[in-house]
Amino acid sequence: MADDERIKPTEKQLKARRNRSIGIALALVVFVIIVYLGTLLNLGPAVFDRAM
Amino acid sequence: MALVEREHVDGEIGRLSEATAGDFISLLKPRVMSLVIFTAFVGMVMAPEGIHPLLGLIAILAIAIGAGASGALNMWYDADIDIRMTRTATRAVPAGRIAPGEALGFGVVLAGFSVGILGLMANWLAAGLLAFTIFFYAVIYTMWLKRSTPQNIVIGGAAGALPPVIGWAAVSGTVTLESLVLFLIIFLWTPPHFWALALFKTDDYERAGVPMMPNVRGEAHTKWQIFVYAVLVAISGVLPAVMGFAGPIYGIGAAILGACFVWYSWQVLRMEETDGAKRPAKALFAYSLFYLFAIFAALLLDVLFARLGA
Repeated sequence: MADDERIKPTEKQLKARRNRSIGIALALVVFVIIVYLGTLLNLGPAVFDRAM
Repeated sequence: MALVEREHVDGEIGRLSEATAGDFISLLKPRVMSLVIFTAFVGMVMAPEGIHPLLGLIAILAIAIGAGASGALNMWYDADIDIRMTRTATRAVPAGRIAPGEALGFGVVLAGFSVGILGLMANWLAAGLLAFTIFFYAVIYTMWLKRSTPQNIVIGGAAGALPPVIGWAAVSGTVTLESLVLFLIIFLWTPPHFWALALFKTDDYERAGVPMMPNVRGEAHTKWQIFVYAVLVAISGVLPAVMGFAGPIYGIGAAILGACFVWYSWQVLRMEETDGAKRPAKALFAYSLFYLFAIFAALLLDVLFARLGA
Protein backbone atom coordinates (compact mmCIF):
# COMPACT_ATOMS: atom_id res chain seq x y z
CA MET A 1 0.00 0.00 0.00
CA ALA A 2 1.42 3.36 -0.95
CA ASP A 3 2.27 5.79 1.84
CA ASP A 4 0.29 8.63 0.32
CA GLU A 5 -2.96 6.69 0.79
CA ARG A 6 -2.60 6.58 4.55
CA ILE A 7 -4.07 9.11 6.92
CA LYS A 8 -1.36 11.54 7.96
CA PRO A 9 -1.95 13.33 11.26
CA THR A 10 -1.17 17.03 11.21
CA GLU A 11 1.61 18.48 13.35
CA LYS A 12 -0.99 19.76 15.81
CA GLN A 13 -2.66 16.34 16.07
CA LEU A 14 0.70 14.63 16.68
CA LYS A 15 1.61 17.15 19.36
CA ALA A 16 -1.79 16.74 21.05
CA ARG A 17 -1.47 12.94 20.95
CA ARG A 18 1.96 13.10 22.59
CA ASN A 19 0.58 15.43 25.25
CA ARG A 20 -2.32 13.03 25.97
CA SER A 21 0.03 10.03 26.06
CA ILE A 22 2.21 11.72 28.69
CA GLY A 23 -0.94 12.56 30.68
CA ILE A 24 -2.14 8.94 30.57
CA ALA A 25 1.32 7.65 31.56
CA LEU A 26 1.49 10.00 34.56
CA ALA A 27 -2.05 9.06 35.63
CA LEU A 28 -1.15 5.37 35.45
CA VAL A 29 2.01 5.86 37.53
CA VAL A 30 0.05 7.80 40.18
CA PHE A 31 -2.66 5.11 40.17
CA VAL A 32 -0.14 2.30 40.69
CA ILE A 33 1.58 4.18 43.53
CA ILE A 34 -1.79 4.89 45.20
CA VAL A 35 -2.92 1.27 45.02
CA TYR A 36 0.48 -0.02 46.22
CA LEU A 37 0.83 2.35 49.18
CA GLY A 38 -2.85 2.15 50.05
CA THR A 39 -2.74 -1.64 50.11
CA LEU A 40 0.36 -1.63 52.35
CA LEU A 41 -1.27 0.85 54.74
CA ASN A 42 -4.57 -1.01 54.86
CA LEU A 43 -3.14 -4.47 55.34
CA GLY A 44 -0.02 -3.45 57.27
CA PRO A 45 2.58 -6.15 57.97
CA ALA A 46 -0.11 -8.77 57.24
CA VAL A 47 0.53 -8.23 53.54
CA PHE A 48 3.73 -10.29 53.92
CA ASP A 49 2.10 -12.89 56.15
CA ARG A 50 1.31 -15.83 53.90
CA ALA A 51 2.19 -19.50 53.62
CA MET A 52 5.46 -20.25 51.84
CA MET B 1 -8.45 3.07 -0.66
CA ALA B 2 -6.97 3.88 2.72
CA LEU B 3 -7.06 1.52 5.71
CA VAL B 4 -9.79 3.62 7.22
CA GLU B 5 -12.33 5.32 5.01
CA ARG B 6 -11.25 8.94 4.82
CA GLU B 7 -14.79 10.21 5.23
CA HIS B 8 -14.96 8.54 8.67
CA VAL B 9 -11.65 10.02 9.78
CA ASP B 10 -12.42 13.50 8.55
CA GLY B 11 -15.97 13.44 9.91
CA GLU B 12 -17.06 14.56 13.37
CA ILE B 13 -17.19 11.03 14.80
CA GLY B 14 -13.86 9.60 13.75
CA ARG B 15 -11.72 12.69 13.37
CA LEU B 16 -8.21 12.64 14.79
CA SER B 17 -8.30 14.43 18.11
CA GLU B 18 -6.49 17.68 18.81
CA ALA B 19 -7.44 17.63 22.48
CA THR B 20 -4.63 17.99 25.00
CA ALA B 21 -4.44 16.49 28.49
CA GLY B 22 -5.35 19.96 29.75
CA ASP B 23 -8.64 19.83 27.83
CA PHE B 24 -9.52 16.58 29.59
CA ILE B 25 -8.56 18.07 32.96
CA SER B 26 -10.87 21.02 32.20
CA LEU B 27 -13.75 18.49 31.92
CA LEU B 28 -13.28 17.85 35.64
CA LYS B 29 -14.25 21.47 36.45
CA PRO B 30 -11.12 22.18 38.54
CA ARG B 31 -12.59 25.26 40.26
CA VAL B 32 -15.62 23.33 41.51
CA MET B 33 -13.27 20.51 42.43
CA SER B 34 -11.20 22.81 44.66
CA LEU B 35 -14.29 23.59 46.75
CA VAL B 36 -15.14 19.87 46.91
CA ILE B 37 -11.61 19.04 48.08
CA PHE B 38 -11.69 21.72 50.76
CA THR B 39 -15.12 20.88 52.19
CA ALA B 40 -14.42 17.12 52.10
CA PHE B 41 -11.11 17.75 53.89
CA VAL B 42 -12.85 19.75 56.62
CA GLY B 43 -15.43 16.96 57.03
CA MET B 44 -12.59 14.48 57.31
CA VAL B 45 -10.69 16.48 59.94
CA MET B 46 -13.85 17.12 62.00
CA ALA B 47 -14.77 13.42 62.14
CA PRO B 48 -14.15 11.99 65.60
CA GLU B 49 -11.79 9.20 64.60
CA GLY B 50 -8.46 9.48 62.84
CA ILE B 51 -7.18 8.17 59.53
CA HIS B 52 -3.63 7.63 58.30
CA PRO B 53 -2.66 10.87 56.52
CA LEU B 54 -1.78 9.05 53.30
CA LEU B 55 -5.06 7.13 53.27
CA GLY B 56 -6.80 10.46 53.97
CA LEU B 57 -5.01 11.99 50.98
CA ILE B 58 -6.04 9.06 48.77
CA ALA B 59 -9.65 9.40 49.98
CA ILE B 60 -9.65 13.14 49.20
CA LEU B 61 -8.19 12.42 45.76
CA ALA B 62 -10.90 9.82 45.10
CA ILE B 63 -13.65 12.23 46.19
CA ALA B 64 -12.15 14.96 43.97
CA ILE B 65 -11.89 12.64 40.95
CA GLY B 66 -15.46 11.44 41.56
CA ALA B 67 -16.68 15.04 41.62
CA GLY B 68 -14.65 15.69 38.46
CA ALA B 69 -16.23 12.67 36.78
CA SER B 70 -19.69 14.04 37.43
CA GLY B 71 -18.49 17.34 35.91
CA ALA B 72 -17.33 15.50 32.78
CA LEU B 73 -20.68 13.71 32.50
CA ASN B 74 -22.42 17.06 32.93
CA MET B 75 -20.37 18.59 30.12
CA TRP B 76 -21.09 15.60 27.89
CA TYR B 77 -24.84 15.87 28.37
CA ASP B 78 -25.08 19.66 28.41
CA ALA B 79 -22.94 20.39 25.34
CA ASP B 80 -26.04 21.47 23.39
CA ILE B 81 -26.93 24.18 25.92
CA ASP B 82 -23.35 25.07 26.87
CA ILE B 83 -22.71 26.22 23.30
CA ARG B 84 -25.52 28.79 23.63
CA MET B 85 -24.18 30.44 26.79
CA THR B 86 -21.25 32.89 26.81
CA ARG B 87 -20.04 31.49 30.15
CA THR B 88 -19.75 27.92 28.83
CA ALA B 89 -19.40 28.16 25.03
CA THR B 90 -15.62 27.76 25.17
CA ARG B 91 -15.75 24.49 27.16
CA ALA B 92 -13.92 21.61 25.49
CA VAL B 93 -17.01 19.71 24.24
CA PRO B 94 -19.10 22.59 22.81
CA ALA B 95 -15.93 24.13 21.34
CA GLY B 96 -15.27 20.83 19.51
CA ARG B 97 -11.89 20.01 21.07
CA ILE B 98 -13.28 16.85 22.72
CA ALA B 99 -15.94 14.64 21.13
CA PRO B 100 -19.05 14.00 23.28
CA GLY B 101 -18.33 10.26 23.34
CA GLU B 102 -14.82 10.91 24.66
CA ALA B 103 -16.21 13.05 27.50
CA LEU B 104 -18.78 10.35 28.32
CA GLY B 105 -16.17 7.58 28.39
CA PHE B 106 -13.78 9.73 30.43
CA GLY B 107 -16.51 10.50 32.98
CA VAL B 108 -17.75 6.92 33.31
CA VAL B 109 -14.24 5.46 33.72
CA LEU B 110 -13.21 8.05 36.31
CA ALA B 111 -16.48 7.60 38.21
CA GLY B 112 -15.94 3.83 38.40
CA PHE B 113 -12.31 4.11 39.47
CA SER B 114 -12.92 6.83 42.06
CA VAL B 115 -15.75 4.90 43.75
CA GLY B 116 -13.73 1.65 43.68
CA ILE B 117 -10.61 3.25 45.13
CA LEU B 118 -12.55 5.03 47.88
CA GLY B 119 -14.26 1.76 48.81
CA LEU B 120 -11.02 -0.20 48.92
CA MET B 121 -8.92 2.46 50.67
CA ALA B 122 -11.48 3.93 53.09
CA ASN B 123 -14.83 2.17 53.37
CA TRP B 124 -17.86 1.25 51.27
CA LEU B 125 -20.23 3.66 53.02
CA ALA B 126 -18.13 6.58 51.79
CA ALA B 127 -17.84 4.93 48.36
CA GLY B 128 -21.62 4.45 48.23
CA LEU B 129 -22.16 8.11 49.11
CA LEU B 130 -19.71 9.15 46.39
CA ALA B 131 -21.50 6.94 43.83
CA PHE B 132 -24.83 8.45 44.90
CA THR B 133 -23.37 11.98 44.56
CA ILE B 134 -22.14 11.28 41.01
CA PHE B 135 -25.48 9.70 40.06
CA PHE B 136 -27.45 12.55 41.62
CA TYR B 137 -25.43 15.26 39.84
CA ALA B 138 -25.17 13.56 36.45
CA VAL B 139 -28.62 11.97 36.20
CA ILE B 140 -31.04 13.64 38.62
CA TYR B 141 -29.69 17.20 38.26
CA THR B 142 -28.12 17.35 34.78
CA MET B 143 -30.44 15.10 32.81
CA TRP B 144 -33.69 15.79 34.61
CA LEU B 145 -34.02 18.79 36.97
CA LYS B 146 -31.82 21.32 35.18
CA ARG B 147 -34.04 21.51 32.10
CA SER B 148 -37.39 20.98 33.76
CA THR B 149 -37.84 23.09 36.90
CA PRO B 150 -36.70 26.42 38.40
CA GLN B 151 -36.04 24.43 41.60
CA ASN B 152 -33.20 22.69 39.66
CA ILE B 153 -30.33 24.03 41.71
CA VAL B 154 -32.24 23.81 45.01
CA ILE B 155 -32.65 20.03 44.75
CA GLY B 156 -29.50 19.51 42.66
CA GLY B 157 -27.53 21.36 45.34
CA ALA B 158 -27.62 18.16 47.39
CA ALA B 159 -24.86 16.75 45.17
CA GLY B 160 -22.53 19.68 45.89
CA ALA B 161 -23.36 19.52 49.60
CA LEU B 162 -22.38 15.88 50.09
CA PRO B 163 -18.52 16.04 49.95
CA PRO B 164 -18.06 16.89 53.68
CA VAL B 165 -20.42 14.02 54.54
CA ILE B 166 -18.34 11.70 52.35
CA GLY B 167 -15.12 12.96 53.96
CA TRP B 168 -16.62 12.39 57.43
CA ALA B 169 -17.82 8.90 56.44
CA ALA B 170 -14.43 8.01 54.92
CA VAL B 171 -12.82 8.52 58.34
CA SER B 172 -15.48 7.35 60.76
CA GLY B 173 -17.58 4.97 58.67
CA THR B 174 -20.72 6.79 59.84
CA VAL B 175 -23.12 9.56 58.84
CA THR B 176 -23.95 11.67 61.89
CA LEU B 177 -26.04 14.72 62.71
CA GLU B 178 -22.86 16.83 62.77
CA SER B 179 -21.90 15.85 59.23
CA LEU B 180 -25.47 16.52 58.11
CA VAL B 181 -25.18 20.08 59.50
CA LEU B 182 -22.16 20.58 57.21
CA PHE B 183 -24.36 19.26 54.40
CA LEU B 184 -27.13 21.68 55.36
CA ILE B 185 -24.83 24.73 55.25
CA ILE B 186 -23.79 24.02 51.63
CA PHE B 187 -27.29 22.89 50.63
CA LEU B 188 -28.86 26.17 51.79
CA TRP B 189 -25.95 28.21 50.40
CA THR B 190 -26.37 26.85 46.84
CA PRO B 191 -29.64 28.63 45.80
CA PRO B 192 -28.60 32.22 46.68
CA HIS B 193 -25.18 31.58 45.14
CA PHE B 194 -26.54 30.38 41.78
CA TRP B 195 -29.54 32.72 41.67
CA ALA B 196 -27.19 35.68 42.18
CA LEU B 197 -25.32 34.42 39.10
CA ALA B 198 -28.59 33.84 37.23
CA LEU B 199 -29.68 37.43 37.91
CA PHE B 200 -26.80 38.84 35.86
CA LYS B 201 -26.70 35.97 33.34
CA THR B 202 -30.45 35.92 32.62
CA ASP B 203 -29.94 36.33 28.86
CA ASP B 204 -27.56 33.35 28.79
CA TYR B 205 -30.04 31.04 30.49
CA GLU B 206 -32.89 32.40 28.36
CA ARG B 207 -30.96 31.58 25.15
CA ALA B 208 -30.15 28.10 26.41
CA GLY B 209 -33.73 27.48 27.55
CA VAL B 210 -32.66 26.60 31.09
CA PRO B 211 -35.55 27.42 33.47
CA MET B 212 -33.61 29.33 36.11
CA MET B 213 -35.65 31.15 38.76
CA PRO B 214 -35.28 34.72 37.33
CA ASN B 215 -36.36 33.52 33.86
CA VAL B 216 -39.39 31.60 35.10
CA ARG B 217 -40.66 33.48 38.18
CA GLY B 218 -39.14 36.88 37.50
CA GLU B 219 -36.48 39.01 39.16
CA ALA B 220 -38.55 40.27 42.10
CA HIS B 221 -39.56 36.77 43.20
CA THR B 222 -35.96 35.53 42.85
CA LYS B 223 -34.63 38.37 44.98
CA TRP B 224 -37.03 37.47 47.79
CA GLN B 225 -36.08 33.81 47.56
CA ILE B 226 -32.40 34.78 47.72
CA PHE B 227 -33.06 36.83 50.84
CA VAL B 228 -34.97 34.04 52.61
CA TYR B 229 -32.27 31.50 51.78
CA ALA B 230 -29.57 33.95 52.96
CA VAL B 231 -31.28 34.15 56.37
CA LEU B 232 -31.43 30.32 56.50
CA VAL B 233 -27.72 30.13 55.53
CA ALA B 234 -26.83 32.53 58.34
CA ILE B 235 -28.78 30.40 60.84
CA SER B 236 -27.30 27.11 59.60
CA GLY B 237 -23.80 28.65 59.80
CA VAL B 238 -24.03 29.07 63.59
CA LEU B 239 -25.59 25.63 64.17
CA PRO B 240 -22.22 23.90 64.79
CA ALA B 241 -21.63 26.24 67.75
CA VAL B 242 -25.23 25.93 68.99
CA MET B 243 -25.02 22.14 68.82
CA GLY B 244 -21.68 22.15 70.62
CA PHE B 245 -19.34 20.64 68.06
CA ALA B 246 -17.70 24.00 67.37
CA GLY B 247 -16.60 26.62 69.91
CA PRO B 248 -18.04 30.04 70.80
CA ILE B 249 -15.36 31.92 68.84
CA TYR B 250 -16.44 30.03 65.74
CA GLY B 251 -20.04 30.91 66.61
CA ILE B 252 -19.27 34.64 66.74
CA GLY B 253 -17.33 34.48 63.46
CA ALA B 254 -20.12 32.50 61.75
CA ALA B 255 -22.72 34.99 63.00
CA ILE B 256 -20.74 37.92 61.53
CA LEU B 257 -20.19 36.10 58.22
CA GLY B 258 -23.89 35.18 58.11
CA ALA B 259 -24.97 38.76 58.90
CA CYS B 260 -22.84 39.97 55.98
CA PHE B 261 -24.49 37.34 53.74
CA VAL B 262 -27.92 38.68 54.74
CA TRP B 263 -26.74 42.27 54.16
CA TYR B 264 -25.49 41.48 50.63
CA SER B 265 -28.83 39.74 49.92
CA TRP B 266 -30.67 42.80 51.22
CA GLN B 267 -28.71 44.92 48.73
CA VAL B 268 -29.86 42.54 45.97
CA LEU B 269 -33.44 42.82 47.22
CA ARG B 270 -33.21 46.62 46.94
CA MET B 271 -31.60 46.46 43.48
CA GLU B 272 -33.66 48.19 40.77
CA GLU B 273 -34.89 45.95 37.96
CA THR B 274 -33.60 48.60 35.54
CA ASP B 275 -30.07 48.27 36.96
CA GLY B 276 -28.25 46.89 33.92
CA ALA B 277 -24.89 46.38 35.65
CA LYS B 278 -26.47 44.29 38.47
CA ARG B 279 -23.58 45.13 40.77
CA PRO B 280 -25.33 43.97 44.00
CA ALA B 281 -25.97 40.54 42.41
CA LYS B 282 -22.33 40.29 41.30
CA ALA B 283 -21.19 41.37 44.78
CA LEU B 284 -23.41 38.72 46.42
CA PHE B 285 -22.09 36.04 44.03
CA ALA B 286 -18.48 36.94 44.92
CA TYR B 287 -19.26 37.16 48.64
CA SER B 288 -21.07 33.80 48.65
CA LEU B 289 -17.89 32.11 47.40
CA PHE B 290 -15.89 33.83 50.13
CA TYR B 291 -18.54 32.92 52.73
CA LEU B 292 -18.41 29.19 52.06
CA PHE B 293 -14.62 29.16 52.11
CA ALA B 294 -14.51 31.26 55.30
CA ILE B 295 -17.11 29.23 57.21
CA PHE B 296 -15.34 25.93 56.47
CA ALA B 297 -11.93 27.48 57.19
CA ALA B 298 -13.32 28.70 60.53
CA LEU B 299 -14.62 25.20 61.33
CA LEU B 300 -11.23 23.74 60.45
CA LEU B 301 -9.35 26.21 62.66
CA ASP B 302 -11.83 25.68 65.49
CA VAL B 303 -11.40 21.92 65.52
CA LEU B 304 -7.59 22.17 65.17
CA PHE B 305 -7.31 24.65 68.07
CA ALA B 306 -9.64 22.51 70.18
CA ARG B 307 -7.44 19.45 69.61
CA LEU B 308 -4.23 21.38 70.29
CA GLY B 309 -5.74 22.67 73.55
CA ALA B 310 -6.97 19.24 74.64
